[in-house]
Amino acid sequence: MSVLLNKDSRVVTQGLGATGKFHLQGCREYGTQMVAGVRPGKGGTDFEGCPIFDTVSQAVEKEGANVSVIYVPPPGAADAIMEATDAGIPLIVCITEGIPAADMVRVKRFMEGKDSRLIGPNCPGIITPGEAKVGIMPGYIHKPGRVGVVSRSGTLTYEAVHQLTLAGVGQSTCIGIGGDPIIGTTHTDAMKLYNDDPDTDAVIMIGEIGGNAEETAAAWVKENMTKPVAAFIGGQTAPPGKRMGHAGAIISGGQGSAADKMAALTAAGVTVAKSPADMGKALLEACEKQGVSVKS
Amino acid sequence: MNVHEYQAKELLRRYDVAVPRGIMITKGADAKKAAEDLGTPIVVVKSQIHAGGRGAGAIVADAAEAAKIFNNNLKDEGLPKHDKPGGVRLAKSPGEAAEIAESILGNILVTKQTGPEGKVVRRVLIEEGCDIAEELYLSILLDRAVGRLVVMASTEGGMEIEKVAEETPEKIMRKTVDPTVGLLDCQARDIAFSLGIPAEKIGDAVKFLKSLYAAYVDLDASLLEVNPLVLTGAGDLIALDAKVSFDDNAFYRHADVKALRDDNEEDPKELRAAEFDLSYIALDGTIGCMVNGAGLAMATMDIIHHHGGEPANFCDVGGGANAEKVAEAFKIILADENVKAVFINIFGGIMKCDVLAEGVVEAANQVGIKVPLIVRLEGTNVDRGREILANSDIDIISAADMTDGAKKACEAAGITG
Repeated sequence: MSVLLNKDSRVVTQGLGATGKFHLQGCREYGTQMVAGVRPGKGGTDFEGCPIFDTVSQAVEKEGANVSVIYVPPPGAADAIMEATDAGIPLIVCITEGIPAADMVRVKRFMEGKDSRLIGPNCPGIITPGEAKVGIMPGYIHKPGRVGVVSRSGTLTYEAVHQLTLAGVGQSTCIGIGGDPIIGTTHTDAMKLYNDDPDTDAVIMIGEIGGNAEETAAAWVKENMTKPVAAFIGGQTAPPGKRMGHAGAIISGGQGSAADKMAALTAAGVTVAKSPADMGKALLEACEKQGVSVKS
Repeated sequence: MNVHEYQAKELLRRYDVAVPRGIMITKGADAKKAAEDLGTPIVVVKSQIHAGGRGAGAIVADAAEAAKIFNNNLKDEGLPKHDKPGGVRLAKSPGEAAEIAESILGNILVTKQTGPEGKVVRRVLIEEGCDIAEELYLSILLDRAVGRLVVMASTEGGMEIEKVAEETPEKIMRKTVDPTVGLLDCQARDIAFSLGIPAEKIGDAVKFLKSLYAAYVDLDASLLEVNPLVLTGAGDLIALDAKVSFDDNAFYRHADVKALRDDNEEDPKELRAAEFDLSYIALDGTIGCMVNGAGLAMATMDIIHHHGGEPANFCDVGGGANAEKVAEAFKIILADENVKAVFINIFGGIMKCDVLAEGVVEAANQVGIKVPLIVRLEGTNVDRGREILANSDIDIISAADMTDGAKKACEAAGITG
C-alpha cells in the first residue's frame, strides 16, 4: 500500500491548458484514473474521453473525484486550490509555480480546520509506483516497493528515485512537497504519514536551504520516528541572501543554511548524505543500522 | 526584488506612513537647490545603493581601495575603523550638502554588505534633518513556519535585528497576523506600548503601524523593515530609513513596482538570464554548471564542491529547455572569464534527453565552446541522447553519473582532488 494515493484514487484536473492536457494523458497512461477535468465555461465537453465540468463540485458529484491536480496559472491558482477545498476534495496537488506568497497566506488560512490536504504548490506531484501518479514526474523511473521519498525539489527527487531503483530498492509513495516558502504538506507531515504507513519501511527526505522545515522535521523524527531515515540537503554551497531558483530557497538573516539543517538531522539520528550521488547509499546505510531490509 | 530607500519611502508615503521629506538627485549640481528647497538647518546626504551598513561604509575612488577597506576594516566585526568618509552624512548648509553629494556621486561605496567590490553610487537622497529622541526597530515579514505575516518590533533601533535576536531576544516583540482580519488595533497598541510610545501618542502609533501593514499587503512586499524607526522629540513616529523587498511572483499585478528596478544594482548576467527565462546566479568558482531543475542545480554545485572544485554559477534551464535557451545559457556561463570547464547535468523527466542533446550540439556549434564540456545525461530517451552527443563533432567528455561528471569537471578545470 502507500500513503495518500492509490489505484482507487479518482483524479480531477483543474487547468486544462497545454500543460494540463499533456500531463492528464501522461498520468492516465501510467494507469491513474483521470476521471474529470474542470474548465469554467467548457462544461459538458470532453478531452480525449475525459469529461469536462464547469466546477470542481460537479466533478465530485458526477465522477466521484477525490483527488485534484492543479495546473492553473499563478493568477488563478490560489482560487483553484480553495475551490477544490470547498468542494471537499481530500487531496489537492498544486503543480503551479509562481503563486504570490500573499495568496498562499490566504489559502493556508482558508484551509485551516477543513479536511483537505494540500501538496505543493510548485511541486512535481505525488506517485505511488505501480498504482497511480498525479503530477509531472516521469513514471517509469519508479519501482513499487517500501521506501518513502519526500522532497522540496523535482529533478533532485527523480535523481534519488533513480538511485533507489538502480539499487533494487522500490518506493511506497514519493511526495514532492514543493519549493515555495508556504506549502501545504511539510516534511514533518510527510514523516508522520510514512511512520504510520504499514507499507513504508524507511524514508529518504530531501531538503534544501531556506526556512527551518527540515529542522522541525528533524526534531519530530528524533522523538517519534520508528523507521530508518536518510537525508540530503541541497544548497551546501549556496551564498546567503540569494534566491536559488525556488522561491523558498534562500538563506536569510543567518537562518536556513544547509549546514544547520544537516547538523539538526544528524543529531536526530538521520543518515545524511553529503553528496547528492549518495542519497540511495545513505538510505541503505540507515536501513542497515536499524536492521531493516528494503531490497526487493 | 529590492528597491532604493528613496523609492521605498515614496511608496510608504502613499499609504500615509510618516517619512522625512527628501529629494533624490543624480547630479551633484542639484544638491544645493534640493537642500534649499527642503529648508531645514540640517540636511542628510544619503547614498542610494541596495546594501545596508551605508553610514559605517566608506566612499572610495577605485576598486582596489574598496577591496582593501573591505578586508581590513569592514568584513568582520571588531576590525579597526577606516578613516574614509561614510555613505550617509550630515550637512549644515546647502553648500556643504552640495560638496558632500559631489564627493559621493560616481564614487564607490563599500560597506560590510556590498562585498569587496563595493557599489558605484549613482543616486543620492537629500533629506530633511530629524529630531531624534529614540531609535526603534520595526519590520513586517513572512513567517514561513506558520504561513502568516509577523510584525516584529524592538527598542534596539539602529542595530541589526539578527544581532538583537541573538543577544537580547527578550527585547523583540512579535505579533502574528491573521490574514482574515489583518493587524488588529489591540496588536498595534501592544507593540506601541512595548516600544515606550507616550500614552497620548498611542493612537497615532497604532495608525502608523496599520498604515505600514496596509502598504506591505497592498504592494505584495516580501520584507518591510524600518530601522531605525524614530520617535521624535514631539513623540511622533517617523520612518527614518526604509528597506522594502517585493515578491517577484506578484509582479503581474504590480507593473509600477516592477518598474522601480534599478538595473545597475543587478548582476548583468542574471538580468540577461531572466530575459530568457533562465535562473542564473553568478558565483566565484571555476566550473560552470547547466542543470534542469533548481534542486538538482543546487545539488550539482554541492557535488562539485564535494570533489574539490567550486561552482562558477547556479543555472537552472528549467523543464522546457530548447536549443535557443541552451545556447543562451552557454553564452551567459562562458561570459564569466573564470570558467575553466562546463558541467551539464540533466535528469530528463518531461524534458527528453535526445531533445536536450540536440540543443547542446546546436548551441555548442553556434557559440563555439573553448573550454572542456562535461555532460551527464539521465532519464527519458537517454540512449538516443547519448548517441546524438557521441556522433556530433563537438568535443564532449561524457560522464556515466553525477559523481563521474563532477570528478571529470574538476579534473578538466585543473583541480586535482
